[in-house]
Amino acid sequence: MSGARPKLAVWKFASCDGCQLSLLDLEDELIALAERIEIAHFLEASRATVEGPYDLSLVEGSVTTPADAERIREVRRVSRRLVTIGACATAGGIQALRNFADVEEFVATVYADPSYISTLETSTPIADHVPVDFELHGCPIDRHQLLEVVSAYLAERRPAISEYSVCIECKRRGNLCVMVAHGTPCLGPVTHAGCGALCPAHDRGCYGCFGPMESPNTESLAGWLRGLGAETPDLVRLYRNFNAGAPAFRAASEAQEERA
Amino acid sequence: MSEGNGTRRIETPALARVEGEGAMHVRLRGEEVLGVELRIYEPPRFFEALLRGRALTEAPDITARICGICPVAYQTSACQAMEDALGIEVEGQLRTLRRLLYCGEWIQSHALHLYLLHAPDFLGFESGFAMAAEHGEVVERGLRAKKVGNRLIEAVGGRSVHPINVRVGGFHRAPERRALEELREELERCREEALATVRFTAGLEFPELERPYELVCLRPEEAADYPIDRGRIVSSAGIDVAAAEFGATFEEQQVPHSTALHARVRGRGAYLTGPLARFNLNRERLSPLAREAAEEAGIGAGCANPFRSIVVRAVEILYAFDEALRLIDAYERPKRPAVAWEPRAGVGHGVSEAPRGLLYHRYEIDDEGRIVSAWIVPPTSQNQRSIEEDLFEFVAAHAALPDDELRHRCEQTIRNYDPCISCSTHFLRLEVERG
Repeated sequence: MSGARPKLAVWKFASCDGCQLSLLDLEDELIALAERIEIAHFLEASRATVEGPYDLSLVEGSVTTPADAERIREVRRVSRRLVTIGACATAGGIQALRNFADVEEFVATVYADPSYISTLETSTPIADHVPVDFELHGCPIDRHQLLEVVSAYLAERRPAISEYSVCIECKRRGNLCVMVAHGTPCLGPVTHAGCGALCPAHDRGCYGCFGPMESPNTESLAGWLRGLGAETPDLVRLYRNFNAGAPAFRAASEAQEERA
Repeated sequence: MSEGNGTRRIETPALARVEGEGAMHVRLRGEEVLGVELRIYEPPRFFEALLRGRALTEAPDITARICGICPVAYQTSACQAMEDALGIEVEGQLRTLRRLLYCGEWIQSHALHLYLLHAPDFLGFESGFAMAAEHGEVVERGLRAKKVGNRLIEAVGGRSVHPINVRVGGFHRAPERRALEELREELERCREEALATVRFTAGLEFPELERPYELVCLRPEEAADYPIDRGRIVSSAGIDVAAAEFGATFEEQQVPHSTALHARVRGRGAYLTGPLARFNLNRERLSPLAREAAEEAGIGAGCANPFRSIVVRAVEILYAFDEALRLIDAYERPKRPAVAWEPRAGVGHGVSEAPRGLLYHRYEIDDEGRIVSAWIVPPTSQNQRSIEEDLFEFVAAHAALPDDELRHRCEQTIRNYDPCISCSTHFLRLEVERG
């Protein structure tokens, strides 16, 4: 990356645009960032595009169409480092709920006729298709973590992103435990840190939008939640939302279903 | 690009500075326009299907994920539809908070579009970053407005993209008054700067284009409120109905050249929703400061030129600052953060004004509080037909322009709408391909 400014590219697959928006939400750092790096491909922000290869590609969204399954290979080919951002890119997103359903039934219920748009039966994370250098979790990602990841790759080091649970962040923040104090179901013990324990700070249980932490004990948590009165459909829904396709949460929701 | 048969094609395969993935195709023969298309190829995500069977409490969080730019709009319309079905009303300080949260979204979304996505079209730049070199002050002003809009969403909603504090019936935790007071100074500063931005946008050069739109927006029953969080659906051609009449008033049609369904007024045709509609039908409801600024900007008597929507957005940003400050003044922390409810079977309708226009939700729920069916109509799918009609008229009047300039102007014509393609795509018709 010596000499010219490093080239950054931002790519979108099936998603809501919220994670790439997080880059534009770095209001205090954006102009300085745009001076240090060349924003070479970022369609949401710029009409000008510079050809690859790119030093760092940020990829938002999941793969849901045959064309996108091809396009991600091309993106990988022109990217020196590829970082996926957000629950769609790292776990398939909320649209991965189709993976647990009969897609034809989805289609028949919602859309009257088949048409010229094609879709795959599944919504899959980018890492199912190409090698990924780093995955940044969250639905949406945290913009400060995004800045850390971009800075880290510019400095040729590993991003310093903690892999412990929301529970740790919650204790550190000094929140009252919503599960212990109010009996509110909370995924904090099994969810990847990064949000700063936002939901418990708002008297709400964590709903897992940062996906599973490293080695979560989902079975043990399910037992505690049953103790609070949660029933099987509640537990399946809890583990099956924005990160339904993340292997640990997928296994957890399927394990609960099998118990029924 | 010329073709052998004398046909000229103007194409933009991937539109930039819009949310989501779309393309534009224009075909001409000589100076005759043969066709214009706004093509949407954003992959469908099946929201209406995946909502079925989920708890009604999950609709605000799930539908927020339709759009990262306007999640508050989705959360608000979803909550209000559920509250309609449950037969509860969210009023007083809880409504104040809901409207305040929405002001934050208008500020951040409009500021993003105005300063970083739309202004570069008028000043001749490819991006806001490129514009910053020569117009640093304007870009910095935009980033400050966007930032305080985001801080406001965080203060009420907990997080700016996909807020976590919104629930059916109100909020999980009502913010302390102090947390909102802390924003006052910056909101006041940005309100001053928003006034300067109205003047700045009024001084831009606008291509001529006036169209006889049927304008559609909300009109709150409270006479002093500019439409943001709720209201009846009204139009410039006399529509005046409750949210529940949406389906009886509008219809969606399939058109051969597009994969997304186009909305129209039943028995009539295209309509326009968004800032131009809100402003033209409700400008007497703006705050005095915003009304005077509109007057000074030359749109006091109304505005039918879609290119001038940038001025209207500037006026709406100014209003949103004024309104946010007024709401913070009036805020007292409520004893309970939400209205209590019991599940019951029913159908509910919810409408609100996303930054880009009318957003309608309809849900059917069962007696255990599960979603039986969902129908969501986002603003960009309602505006698609008007976007194409604008393109057609614009190209017909400017066919003599060189290809590059015509292409750029056509893209600008689309960007006038701040289209949110990510939102509109769950209306795509589709075909399943076996992987």
